[in-house]
Amino acid sequence: MAKELLKGNVAFAEAAIRAGCEAYYGYPITPQTEALEHMAKRMPELGRVFLQAESEVAAINMVYGAACAGVRVMSSSSSPGVSLMMEGLSYIAGSEVPVVLVDIMRGGPGLGNIAPSQGDYNQIVKGGGHGDYRLITLAPATIQEIIDLTYEAFDIAEKYRAIVVVLADGSIGQMMEPAELPPMQEVRKREDRPEWSLTGAKDRDPRVITSIYIDPAEEEVFNLQLVEKQKEIEANEVRFSSLLLEDAEIAVVAYGTAGRIAQSSVKQARDEGIKVGLLRPISLYPFPYDEIGKVVDQVKRILVVEMSGGQMLDDVRLAVNGKVPVDFYGRMGGMVPLPDEVFEQIQELNTKANA
Amino acid sequence: MQTEIIISGFGGQGALFAGQLLAYTGLDNGMHVTWFPSYGPEMRGGTAHCVVIISDDEIGAPIVKNPAAVIVMNLPSLDKYESLVRQGGVLVVNSSLVNRNPERDDIQVVLIPANEIAEELGNERLANLVLLGALLNRLDVLSIEQVGEGLKGHIPTHRRNLLDANIEALRRGAELSKEQLEPA
Repeated sequence: MAKELLKGNVAFAEAAIRAGCEAYYGYPITPQTEALEHMAKRMPELGRVFLQAESEVAAINMVYGAACAGVRVMSSSSSPGVSLMMEGLSYIAGSEVPVVLVDIMRGGPGLGNIAPSQGDYNQIVKGGGHGDYRLITLAPATIQEIIDLTYEAFDIAEKYRAIVVVLADGSIGQMMEPAELPPMQEVRKREDRPEWSLTGAKDRDPRVITSIYIDPAEEEVFNLQLVEKQKEIEANEVRFSSLLLEDAEIAVVAYGTAGRIAQSSVKQARDEGIKVGLLRPISLYPFPYDEIGKVVDQVKRILVVEMSGGQMLDDVRLAVNGKVPVDFYGRMGGMVPLPDEVFEQIQELNTKANA
Repeated sequence: MQTEIIISGFGGQGALFAGQLLAYTGLDNGMHVTWFPSYGPEMRGGTAHCVVIISDDEIGAPIVKNPAAVIVMNLPSLDKYESLVRQGGVLVVNSSLVNRNPERDDIQVVLIPANEIAEELGNERLANLVLLGALLNRLDVLSIEQVGEGLKGHIPTHRRNLLDANIEALRRGAELSKEQLEPA
Protein backbone atom coordinates (compact mmCIF):
# COMPACT_ATOMS: atom_id res chain seq x y z
CA MET A 1 0.00 0.00 0.00
CA ALA A 2 1.32 3.44 -0.91
CA LYS A 3 2.12 6.16 1.56
CA GLU A 4 -0.51 8.83 2.08
CA LEU A 5 -0.22 12.26 3.65
CA LEU A 6 -2.09 11.79 6.92
CA LYS A 7 -2.93 13.95 9.92
CA GLY A 8 -2.02 12.25 13.19
CA ASN A 9 -5.53 12.27 14.63
CA VAL A 10 -7.05 10.81 11.48
CA ALA A 11 -4.19 8.34 11.17
CA PHE A 12 -4.61 6.78 14.62
CA ALA A 13 -8.40 6.67 14.29
CA GLU A 14 -8.14 4.83 10.98
CA ALA A 15 -5.45 2.53 12.41
CA ALA A 16 -7.83 1.61 15.25
CA ILE A 17 -10.60 0.87 12.77
CA ARG A 18 -8.23 -1.36 10.81
CA ALA A 19 -7.26 -3.15 14.03
CA GLY A 20 -10.88 -4.25 14.28
CA CYS A 21 -12.02 -1.68 16.83
CA GLU A 22 -15.75 -2.32 17.11
CA ALA A 23 -16.80 0.58 19.32
CA TYR A 24 -15.56 4.12 19.96
CA TYR A 25 -16.90 6.37 22.72
CA GLY A 26 -15.56 9.87 23.18
CA TYR A 27 -16.11 13.55 23.63
CA PRO A 28 -14.59 16.29 21.45
CA ILE A 29 -11.60 18.24 22.71
CA THR A 30 -8.86 20.05 20.81
CA PRO A 31 -6.24 18.96 19.75
CA GLN A 32 -7.66 15.47 19.11
CA THR A 33 -11.13 16.23 17.72
CA GLU A 34 -10.32 15.11 14.15
CA ALA A 35 -10.15 11.56 15.54
CA LEU A 36 -13.76 11.88 16.70
CA GLU A 37 -14.78 13.34 13.35
CA HIS A 38 -13.15 10.47 11.51
CA MET A 39 -14.77 7.89 13.79
CA ALA A 40 -18.17 9.58 13.50
CA LYS A 41 -18.03 9.16 9.74
CA ARG A 42 -16.30 5.80 9.37
CA MET A 43 -17.70 3.65 12.17
CA PRO A 44 -21.37 3.82 11.07
CA GLU A 45 -20.28 3.20 7.46
CA LEU A 46 -18.76 -0.07 8.64
CA GLY A 47 -21.72 -0.99 10.84
CA ARG A 48 -19.69 -0.38 14.01
CA VAL A 49 -20.44 1.82 16.99
CA PHE A 50 -19.53 5.50 17.32
CA LEU A 51 -21.05 7.38 20.20
CA GLN A 52 -20.37 10.92 21.32
CA ALA A 53 -21.00 10.71 25.05
CA GLU A 54 -22.22 13.55 27.24
CA SER A 55 -18.78 13.81 28.86
CA GLU A 56 -15.47 12.02 29.14
CA VAL A 57 -16.69 10.44 32.39
CA ALA A 58 -19.56 8.84 30.53
CA ALA A 59 -17.37 7.90 27.58
CA ILE A 60 -14.84 5.95 29.62
CA ASN A 61 -17.60 4.09 31.44
CA MET A 62 -19.16 3.14 28.10
CA VAL A 63 -15.71 1.89 27.08
CA TYR A 64 -15.61 -0.12 30.31
CA GLY A 65 -18.95 -1.73 29.53
CA ALA A 66 -18.06 -2.62 25.96
CA ALA A 67 -14.70 -4.03 27.09
CA CYS A 68 -16.51 -6.29 29.56
CA ALA A 69 -18.54 -7.60 26.63
CA GLY A 70 -15.30 -8.63 24.93
CA VAL A 71 -15.34 -6.24 21.98
CA ARG A 72 -12.36 -4.21 20.81
CA VAL A 73 -13.07 -0.74 22.15
CA MET A 74 -11.29 2.56 22.52
CA SER A 75 -11.57 6.20 23.39
CA SER A 76 -9.36 9.18 22.78
CA SER A 77 -9.11 12.59 24.37
CA SER A 78 -6.71 15.29 25.43
CA SER A 79 -5.31 16.14 28.84
CA PRO A 80 -8.30 17.69 30.70
CA GLY A 81 -10.60 15.06 29.21
CA VAL A 82 -8.24 12.28 30.23
CA SER A 83 -8.17 13.66 33.79
CA LEU A 84 -11.93 13.16 33.87
CA MET A 85 -11.45 9.54 32.82
CA MET A 86 -9.15 8.61 35.68
CA GLU A 87 -11.78 7.02 37.91
CA GLY A 88 -13.01 4.90 35.04
CA LEU A 89 -9.47 3.85 34.12
CA SER A 90 -8.87 2.69 37.67
CA TYR A 91 -12.08 0.61 37.58
CA ILE A 92 -11.08 -0.86 34.22
CA ALA A 93 -7.62 -1.71 35.56
CA GLY A 94 -9.29 -3.26 38.61
CA SER A 95 -11.51 -5.34 36.34
CA GLU A 96 -8.73 -6.48 34.00
CA VAL A 97 -10.49 -5.75 30.74
CA PRO A 98 -8.57 -4.66 27.63
CA VAL A 99 -8.97 -1.04 26.58
CA VAL A 100 -7.08 1.31 24.26
CA LEU A 101 -6.95 5.03 24.98
CA VAL A 102 -5.18 7.72 22.98
CA ASP A 103 -4.16 10.89 24.85
CA ILE A 104 -3.15 13.84 22.65
CA MET A 105 -1.60 16.01 25.36
CA ARG A 106 -2.02 19.78 25.54
CA GLY A 107 -0.75 22.60 27.72
CA GLY A 108 -1.81 22.59 31.37
CA PRO A 109 -2.48 22.41 34.26
CA GLY A 110 -6.17 23.20 34.42
CA LEU A 111 -7.91 24.28 31.25
CA GLY A 112 -4.47 25.36 30.05
CA ASN A 113 -4.42 25.70 26.29
CA ILE A 114 -4.55 23.61 23.14
CA ALA A 115 -0.84 23.72 22.30
CA PRO A 116 1.39 20.61 22.33
CA SER A 117 2.70 19.45 25.71
CA GLN A 118 4.13 16.42 27.47
CA GLY A 119 2.85 17.49 30.87
CA ASP A 120 0.82 14.33 31.49
CA TYR A 121 3.71 11.88 31.74
CA ASN A 122 3.33 11.39 35.46
CA GLN A 123 -0.44 11.06 35.25
CA ILE A 124 -0.35 8.36 32.58
CA VAL A 125 2.92 6.57 33.22
CA LYS A 126 2.68 6.49 37.00
CA GLY A 127 -1.02 5.81 37.34
CA GLY A 128 -3.39 8.75 37.64
CA GLY A 129 -6.33 6.92 39.12
CA HIS A 130 -6.40 5.34 42.57
CA GLY A 131 -4.93 1.98 43.50
CA ASP A 132 -2.00 -0.18 42.49
CA TYR A 133 -2.04 -0.44 38.72
CA ARG A 134 0.01 0.59 35.73
CA LEU A 135 -0.99 1.71 32.25
CA ILE A 136 1.05 0.30 29.38
CA THR A 137 2.13 3.55 27.73
CA LEU A 138 3.39 3.87 24.17
CA ALA A 139 4.74 7.17 22.89
CA PRO A 140 4.94 7.72 19.11
CA ALA A 141 7.15 10.37 17.51
CA THR A 142 5.87 10.15 13.93
CA ILE A 143 2.58 9.61 12.14
CA GLN A 144 3.73 6.15 11.05
CA GLU A 145 4.51 5.30 14.63
CA ILE A 146 1.14 6.44 15.99
CA ILE A 147 -0.49 4.24 13.35
CA ASP A 148 1.64 1.19 14.13
CA LEU A 149 1.38 1.57 17.91
CA THR A 150 -2.38 2.13 17.91
CA TYR A 151 -2.86 -0.87 15.62
CA GLU A 152 -0.78 -3.06 17.90
CA ALA A 153 -2.20 -1.58 21.11
CA PHE A 154 -5.36 -3.68 20.76
CA ASP A 155 -3.36 -6.92 20.66
CA ILE A 156 -1.22 -5.86 23.61
CA ALA A 157 -4.29 -4.82 25.62
CA GLU A 158 -5.91 -8.20 25.00
CA LYS A 159 -2.74 -10.16 25.66
CA TYR A 160 -2.46 -8.71 29.17
CA ARG A 161 -6.12 -7.81 29.74
CA ALA A 162 -4.86 -4.33 30.47
CA ILE A 163 -5.18 -0.72 29.39
CA VAL A 164 -2.83 0.54 26.71
CA VAL A 165 -2.44 4.30 26.39
CA VAL A 166 -0.97 5.78 23.24
CA LEU A 167 0.50 9.00 24.61
CA ALA A 168 1.24 11.72 22.07
CA ASP A 169 0.98 15.50 22.00
CA GLY A 170 -0.90 18.11 20.02
CA SER A 171 1.74 18.39 17.35
CA ILE A 172 1.55 14.69 16.48
CA GLY A 173 -2.24 14.95 16.50
CA GLN A 174 -2.24 17.94 14.18
CA MET A 175 0.69 17.50 11.83
CA MET A 176 0.58 15.69 8.50
CA GLU A 177 3.26 13.32 7.34
CA PRO A 178 3.37 10.50 4.79
CA ALA A 179 2.54 7.15 6.31
CA GLU A 180 1.18 3.77 5.36
CA LEU A 181 -1.96 2.33 6.89
CA PRO A 182 -2.11 -1.33 7.93
CA PRO A 183 -4.49 -3.91 6.42
CA MET A 184 -8.13 -3.98 7.55
CA GLN A 185 -9.13 -6.55 10.14
CA GLU A 186 -12.78 -7.43 10.44
CA VAL A 187 -14.40 -7.09 13.85
CA ARG A 188 -14.31 -10.21 15.94
CA LYS A 189 -17.32 -12.52 15.66
CA ARG A 190 -19.48 -12.77 18.74
CA GLU A 191 -18.61 -16.46 19.24
CA ASP A 192 -14.90 -15.62 19.13
CA ARG A 193 -14.97 -13.20 22.04
CA PRO A 194 -12.59 -14.00 24.92
CA GLU A 195 -13.61 -16.73 27.39
CA TRP A 196 -13.96 -14.20 30.23
CA SER A 197 -16.27 -11.80 28.40
CA LEU A 198 -19.87 -11.13 29.35
CA THR A 199 -21.86 -12.26 26.37
CA GLY A 200 -25.06 -13.47 28.07
CA ALA A 201 -25.08 -16.57 30.31
CA LYS A 202 -27.75 -18.57 28.49
CA ASP A 203 -26.69 -22.25 28.49
CA ARG A 204 -23.50 -21.61 30.46
CA ASP A 205 -22.36 -20.64 33.96
CA PRO A 206 -22.49 -16.91 34.68
CA ARG A 207 -19.23 -14.95 34.64
CA VAL A 208 -18.43 -12.01 36.86
CA ILE A 209 -16.23 -9.00 36.08
CA THR A 210 -15.76 -6.70 39.03
CA SER A 211 -13.24 -4.48 40.71
CA ILE A 212 -14.62 -4.95 44.21
CA TYR A 213 -12.88 -7.23 46.69
CA ILE A 214 -14.34 -6.45 50.10
CA ASP A 215 -11.98 -8.79 51.90
CA PRO A 216 -8.52 -7.15 52.02
CA ALA A 217 -6.81 -10.54 51.86
CA GLU A 218 -8.64 -11.27 48.64
CA GLU A 219 -7.82 -7.81 47.30
CA GLU A 220 -4.19 -8.43 48.07
CA VAL A 221 -4.24 -11.69 46.12
CA PHE A 222 -5.69 -9.77 43.19
CA ASN A 223 -3.05 -7.06 43.56
CA LEU A 224 -0.34 -9.70 43.56
CA GLN A 225 -1.74 -11.04 40.30
CA LEU A 226 -1.47 -7.54 38.83
CA VAL A 227 2.12 -7.32 40.03
CA GLU A 228 2.93 -10.65 38.36
CA LYS A 229 1.39 -9.37 35.16
CA GLN A 230 3.42 -6.17 35.41
CA LYS A 231 6.61 -8.23 35.64
CA GLU A 232 5.64 -9.98 32.42
CA ILE A 233 4.89 -6.64 30.75
CA GLU A 234 8.20 -5.24 31.94
CA ALA A 235 10.02 -8.28 30.55
CA ASN A 236 8.30 -8.26 27.15
CA GLU A 237 7.14 -4.82 26.14
CA VAL A 238 10.10 -2.44 26.43
CA ARG A 239 10.54 -0.45 23.24
CA PHE A 240 12.95 2.30 22.33
CA SER A 241 14.89 3.62 19.38
CA SER A 242 18.48 4.74 19.36
CA LEU A 243 20.47 6.94 17.05
CA LEU A 244 24.25 7.45 16.82
CA LEU A 245 24.90 6.11 20.32
CA GLU A 246 27.80 3.77 19.39
CA ASP A 247 30.63 6.19 20.13
CA ALA A 248 28.59 8.86 21.96
CA GLU A 249 30.00 10.75 24.93
CA ILE A 250 26.70 12.53 25.47
CA ALA A 251 23.32 10.84 25.29
CA VAL A 252 20.10 12.76 24.82
CA VAL A 253 16.99 11.05 26.16
CA ALA A 254 13.68 12.35 24.84
CA TYR A 255 10.37 10.84 23.74
CA GLY A 256 7.62 11.71 21.28
CA THR A 257 7.82 15.13 19.66
CA ALA A 258 10.70 16.19 21.95
CA GLY A 259 12.47 13.05 20.68
CA ARG A 260 12.16 13.94 17.03
CA ILE A 261 13.21 17.53 17.70
CA ALA A 262 16.22 16.23 19.61
CA GLN A 263 17.00 14.01 16.63
CA SER A 264 17.52 17.10 14.47
CA SER A 265 19.68 18.69 17.16
CA VAL A 266 21.78 15.55 17.56
CA LYS A 267 22.46 15.41 13.82
CA GLN A 268 23.35 19.12 13.81
CA ALA A 269 25.76 18.55 16.72
CA ARG A 270 27.30 15.55 14.95
CA ASP A 271 27.99 17.82 11.96
CA GLU A 272 29.98 19.98 14.40
CA GLY A 273 31.94 16.94 15.53
CA ILE A 274 30.21 16.54 18.90
CA LYS A 275 29.92 12.88 19.89
CA VAL A 276 26.27 12.78 20.83
CA GLY A 277 23.53 10.22 20.37
CA LEU A 278 19.82 9.89 21.09
CA LEU A 279 17.89 7.31 23.04
CA ARG A 280 14.18 7.70 22.45
CA PRO A 281 11.95 5.65 24.75
CA ILE A 282 8.89 4.40 22.85
CA SER A 283 7.37 2.49 25.74
CA LEU A 284 7.19 4.80 28.77
CA TYR A 285 5.71 2.04 30.88
CA PRO A 286 7.52 -0.28 30.82
CA PHE A 287 10.40 2.21 30.82
CA PRO A 288 13.71 1.23 29.17
CA TYR A 289 15.67 1.40 32.44
CA ASP A 290 18.16 -1.30 31.44
CA GLU A 291 18.81 0.18 28.00
CA ILE A 292 19.56 3.59 29.51
CA GLY A 293 21.61 1.82 32.17
CA LYS A 294 23.81 0.35 29.42
CA VAL A 295 24.31 3.74 27.78
CA VAL A 296 25.43 5.18 31.11
CA ASP A 297 28.49 2.91 31.15
CA GLN A 298 29.70 4.60 28.01
CA VAL A 299 28.70 8.31 28.15
CA LYS A 300 29.96 11.19 30.27
CA ARG A 301 26.70 13.09 30.57
CA ILE A 302 23.03 12.72 29.83
CA LEU A 303 20.59 15.38 28.66
CA VAL A 304 16.86 14.84 29.11
CA VAL A 305 14.60 16.95 26.90
CA GLU A 306 10.86 17.17 27.53
CA MET A 307 7.92 19.43 26.87
CA SER A 308 7.34 19.49 30.61
CA GLY A 309 9.08 20.65 33.76
CA GLY A 310 10.90 17.30 34.01
CA GLN A 311 8.69 14.28 34.51
CA MET A 312 10.38 11.47 32.57
CA LEU A 313 13.52 12.98 34.07
CA ASP A 314 12.83 11.05 37.30
CA ASP A 315 12.78 7.74 35.44
CA VAL A 316 16.01 8.57 33.62
CA ARG A 317 17.63 9.41 36.95
CA LEU A 318 16.52 6.03 38.32
CA ALA A 319 18.08 4.34 35.31
CA VAL A 320 21.30 6.35 35.60
CA ASN A 321 21.45 5.71 39.34
CA GLY A 322 23.83 8.58 40.02
CA LYS A 323 26.59 7.24 37.75
CA VAL A 324 26.80 10.30 35.48
CA PRO A 325 25.35 13.82 35.71
CA VAL A 326 21.85 14.16 34.25
CA ASP A 327 20.98 17.59 32.84
CA PHE A 328 17.52 18.72 31.84
CA TYR A 329 16.04 21.03 29.24
CA GLY A 330 12.29 21.50 29.16
CA ARG A 331 9.70 23.86 27.75
CA MET A 332 6.28 24.08 29.33
CA GLY A 333 2.79 25.41 28.94
CA GLY A 334 2.45 24.41 25.29
CA MET A 335 5.81 25.80 24.16
CA VAL A 336 7.70 23.46 21.84
CA PRO A 337 11.51 23.50 22.02
CA LEU A 338 13.18 24.47 18.76
CA PRO A 339 15.97 22.24 17.46
CA ASP A 340 18.39 25.19 17.84
CA GLU A 341 17.64 25.44 21.55
CA VAL A 342 18.36 21.75 22.11
CA PHE A 343 21.50 22.05 19.97
CA GLU A 344 22.75 24.85 22.23
CA GLN A 345 22.13 22.66 25.27
CA ILE A 346 24.15 19.86 23.67
CA GLN A 347 26.99 22.29 22.91
CA GLU A 348 27.02 23.45 26.52
CA LEU A 349 27.02 19.88 27.81
CA ASN A 350 29.85 19.00 25.48
CA THR A 351 31.93 21.80 26.95
CA LYS A 352 31.17 20.56 30.46
CA ALA A 353 31.81 16.92 29.53
CA ASN A 354 35.24 17.75 28.14
CA ALA A 355 36.23 20.35 30.74
CA MET B 1 18.93 18.80 1.53
CA GLN B 2 16.08 20.19 3.59
CA THR B 3 13.90 23.21 2.83
CA GLU B 4 11.60 24.77 5.41
CA ILE B 5 8.74 26.97 4.26
CA ILE B 6 6.30 28.95 6.40
CA ILE B 7 3.06 30.24 4.90
CA SER B 8 1.15 32.70 7.04
CA GLY B 9 -2.00 34.75 6.55
CA PHE B 10 -5.48 35.50 7.81
CA GLY B 11 -7.62 32.43 8.45
CA GLY B 12 -9.50 31.78 5.21
CA GLN B 13 -6.77 33.12 2.89
CA GLY B 14 -5.67 29.59 2.10
CA ALA B 15 -2.29 29.54 3.84
CA LEU B 16 -2.87 26.06 5.24
CA PHE B 17 -4.09 24.68 1.91
CA ALA B 18 -1.13 26.14 0.00
CA GLY B 19 1.14 24.40 2.49
CA GLN B 20 -0.71 21.10 2.16
CA LEU B 21 -0.41 21.34 -1.60
CA LEU B 22 3.37 21.67 -1.25
CA ALA B 23 3.47 18.68 1.10
CA TYR B 24 1.32 16.52 -1.18
CA THR B 25 3.46 17.43 -4.18
CA GLY B 26 6.65 16.66 -2.27
CA LEU B 27 5.25 13.25 -1.31
CA ASP B 28 4.13 12.57 -4.89
CA ASN B 29 7.69 13.27 -5.98
CA GLY B 30 9.28 10.87 -3.54
CA MET B 31 10.44 13.38 -0.96
CA HIS B 32 10.12 13.37 2.82
CA VAL B 33 7.61 16.00 3.97
CA THR B 34 5.95 17.33 7.10
CA TRP B 35 3.09 19.80 7.38
CA PHE B 36 2.61 21.41 10.76
CA PRO B 37 -0.32 23.82 11.14
CA SER B 38 -1.44 26.34 13.68
CA TYR B 39 -4.70 24.80 14.81
CA GLY B 40 -6.34 27.22 17.20
CA PRO B 41 -9.31 29.51 16.63
CA GLU B 42 -7.05 31.48 14.23
CA MET B 43 -8.05 28.91 11.58
CA ARG B 44 -11.38 30.75 11.46
CA GLY B 45 -9.87 34.26 11.36
CA GLY B 46 -6.82 35.87 12.94
CA THR B 47 -3.41 34.87 11.61
CA ALA B 48 -2.92 31.21 10.77
CA HIS B 49 0.28 29.63 9.54
CA CYS B 50 1.80 26.30 8.63
CA VAL B 51 5.35 25.00 8.49
CA VAL B 52 6.17 22.74 5.56
CA ILE B 53 9.44 20.85 5.47
CA ILE B 54 10.56 19.10 2.30
CA SER B 55 13.68 16.99 2.49
CA ASP B 56 15.51 14.19 0.71
CA ASP B 57 16.24 12.68 4.12
CA GLU B 58 14.18 11.69 7.16
CA ILE B 59 12.75 14.78 8.92
CA GLY B 60 13.29 15.20 12.66
CA ALA B 61 11.84 18.42 14.04
CA PRO B 62 8.67 19.46 12.17
CA ILE B 63 9.27 23.07 13.22
CA VAL B 64 12.11 25.48 12.62
CA LYS B 65 13.42 28.75 13.99
CA ASN B 66 14.84 30.20 10.77
CA PRO B 67 12.99 28.95 7.69
CA ALA B 68 14.48 29.03 4.20
CA ALA B 69 11.37 30.72 2.85
CA VAL B 70 8.28 32.52 4.09
CA ILE B 71 5.12 33.65 2.33
CA VAL B 72 3.39 36.45 4.25
CA MET B 73 -0.17 37.12 3.16
CA ASN B 74 -0.89 39.97 5.59
CA LEU B 75 0.86 42.60 7.70
CA PRO B 76 0.87 40.77 11.05
CA SER B 77 2.60 37.87 9.29
CA LEU B 78 5.28 40.17 7.88
CA ASP B 79 5.86 41.68 11.31
CA LYS B 80 6.20 38.23 12.82
CA TYR B 81 8.33 36.44 10.22
CA GLU B 82 10.51 39.03 8.47
CA SER B 83 13.24 38.78 11.08
CA LEU B 84 13.13 34.98 11.12
CA VAL B 85 13.86 34.21 7.45
CA ARG B 86 17.26 32.58 7.17
CA GLN B 87 20.02 34.74 5.73
CA GLY B 88 19.93 34.33 1.95
CA GLY B 89 16.39 32.99 2.16
CA VAL B 90 13.24 34.12 0.36
CA LEU B 91 10.42 36.32 1.64
CA VAL B 92 7.34 36.55 -0.57
CA VAL B 93 5.05 39.40 0.44
CA ASN B 94 1.41 39.89 -0.54
CA SER B 95 1.78 43.60 -1.30
CA SER B 96 -1.99 43.91 -1.79
CA LEU B 97 -2.50 43.68 1.96
CA VAL B 98 0.85 44.84 3.31
CA ASN B 99 1.44 48.57 3.41
CA ARG B 100 5.13 48.60 4.24
CA ASN B 101 8.25 47.32 2.52
CA PRO B 102 10.36 44.68 4.23
CA GLU B 103 13.55 46.07 5.77
CA ARG B 104 15.89 43.10 5.39
CA ASP B 105 18.58 43.41 2.72
CA ASP B 106 20.21 40.01 3.29
CA ILE B 107 17.34 38.00 1.86
CA GLN B 108 15.47 37.85 -1.45
CA VAL B 109 12.27 39.87 -1.19
CA VAL B 110 9.49 39.30 -3.73
CA LEU B 111 6.56 41.75 -3.68
CA ILE B 112 3.43 40.35 -5.32
CA PRO B 113 0.06 42.16 -5.44
CA ALA B 114 -1.60 38.78 -5.12
CA ASN B 115 -5.15 39.92 -4.44
CA GLU B 116 -5.23 42.14 -7.52
CA ILE B 117 -3.82 39.38 -9.70
CA ALA B 118 -6.26 36.90 -8.24
CA GLU B 119 -9.11 39.28 -9.00
CA GLU B 120 -7.87 39.61 -12.59
CA LEU B 121 -7.99 35.84 -12.77
CA GLY B 122 -11.59 35.98 -11.63
CA ASN B 123 -11.39 34.85 -7.99
CA GLU B 124 -9.79 36.69 -5.09
CA ARG B 125 -9.26 33.41 -3.29
CA LEU B 126 -6.57 32.41 -5.78
CA ALA B 127 -4.15 34.80 -4.06
CA ASN B 128 -2.55 31.95 -2.10
CA LEU B 129 -1.48 30.14 -5.27
CA VAL B 130 -0.25 33.32 -6.93
CA LEU B 131 2.10 33.74 -3.96
CA LEU B 132 3.06 30.07 -3.98
CA GLY B 133 3.94 30.34 -7.67
CA ALA B 134 6.11 33.36 -6.89
CA LEU B 135 7.94 31.41 -4.19
CA LEU B 136 8.50 28.30 -6.29
CA ASN B 137 10.24 30.44 -8.90
CA ARG B 138 12.88 31.31 -6.30
CA LEU B 139 13.30 27.90 -4.68
CA ASP B 140 15.00 24.85 -6.10
CA VAL B 141 12.55 22.44 -4.48
CA LEU B 142 9.54 21.74 -6.66
CA SER B 143 8.57 23.14 -10.06
CA ILE B 144 5.34 24.93 -10.96
CA GLU B 145 4.55 21.96 -13.21
CA GLN B 146 4.99 19.48 -10.36
CA VAL B 147 2.78 21.52 -8.06
CA GLY B 148 0.22 21.82 -10.86
CA GLU B 149 0.16 18.03 -11.07
CA GLY B 150 -0.14 17.89 -7.28
CA LEU B 151 -3.11 20.21 -7.50
CA LYS B 152 -4.84 17.92 -9.99
CA GLY B 153 -4.44 15.05 -7.60
CA HIS B 154 -5.42 16.77 -4.37
CA ILE B 155 -7.80 19.67 -5.07
CA PRO B 156 -11.07 18.98 -3.20
CA THR B 157 -13.79 17.62 -5.48
CA HIS B 158 -16.08 20.61 -4.94
CA ARG B 159 -13.32 22.98 -6.13
CA ARG B 160 -12.40 20.97 -9.21
CA ASN B 161 -14.01 23.64 -11.43
CA LEU B 162 -11.28 26.01 -10.24
CA LEU B 163 -8.39 23.75 -11.25
CA ASP B 164 -7.37 25.63 -14.40
CA ALA B 165 -7.66 28.98 -12.64
CA ASN B 166 -5.44 27.71 -9.82
CA ILE B 167 -2.80 26.51 -12.24
CA GLU B 168 -2.93 29.87 -14.02
CA ALA B 169 -2.50 31.57 -10.63
CA LEU B 170 0.66 29.56 -9.97
CA ARG B 171 1.98 30.51 -13.41
CA ARG B 172 1.21 34.23 -13.02
CA GLY B 173 2.92 34.32 -9.64
CA ALA B 174 6.00 32.61 -11.02
CA GLU B 175 6.13 35.02 -13.98
CA LEU B 176 5.97 38.10 -11.79
CA SER B 177 8.58 36.68 -9.48
CA LYS B 178 10.88 36.05 -12.43
CA GLU B 179 10.32 39.58 -13.81
CA GLN B 180 11.35 41.06 -10.47
CA LEU B 181 14.52 39.00 -10.58
CA GLU B 182 15.42 40.08 -14.12
CA PRO B 183 13.83 43.49 -14.77
CA ALA B 184 13.06 43.89 -18.47
